[in-house]
Amino acid sequence: MAVTVSIPTILRTHTAGEKSVQASGATLAEVIDNLEANHGGLKSRLVKDGVLHRFVNVYVNDEDVRFSGGLEAKVADGDNVTILPAVAGGSR
Amino acid sequence: MLVIRRDLVEAMVAHARRDHPDEACGVIAGPAATGRPERFVPMLNAARSPTFYEFESGDLLRLYREMDANDEVPVVVYHSHTATEAYPSRTDVSYAGEPEAHYVLVSTRDPEEHELRSYRIVDGEVTEEPVQVVESYMFSHTGADDVPDAG
Repeated sequence: MAVTVSIPTILRTHTAGEKSVQASGATLAEVIDNLEANHGGLKSRLVKDGVLHRFVNVYVNDEDVRFSGGLEAKVADGDNVTILPAVAGGSR
Repeated sequence: MLVIRRDLVEAMVAHARRDHPDEACGVIAGPAATGRPERFVPMLNAARSPTFYEFESGDLLRLYREMDANDEVPVVVYHSHTATEAYPSRTDVSYAGEPEAHYVLVSTRDPEEHELRSYRIVDGEVTEEPVQVVESYMFSHTGADDVPDAG
């Protein structure tokens, strides 16, 4: 299951500046483990205490995985996984 | 330093005033090559809150795809504080995920006078920077041009 993963600017230090990298896995969790194996340090920027970090949004194709199973979201051959920093904040 | 056109500053302030007392948010995209803020993109605050803002996740994906297709980057990421000063809160800092962006804060706590300030937020560290408002980028010089040639 080969997928293309888009990496946001802030995480490209882990991919030697690459905007997108290849990874494999049948679920998002497997894809992230595979990413970690090739680009050490990425996983801890994405996952905390077994769930996706609230500071990042992860999409499989056009779907935010928060609405499709989170780390257990299914990933198929040829899918695009997009990682984006959440744009959020507040006065408190 | 953030060099920014007056009409873009006015657009951010107008958006902040319009959404007051909720926080307003958006982006000013610009060509990756120049890093100049050019295209004003007001975003919906999905949180619709006076103390929190968040780009809706579908909107966020569309925005980044659009910028990618145009070879643009988010030069400015702006939001308003409606009851506090225009300084990044701890929440703002923890979410700041664009190390190359100018984070602009607009405070609308005073109904007459707004406050607008700009920051870099990198690895949890906040650095305020001057804001130079210009009528047009054509006559403004930034970067290396600011320094006269030696000798």
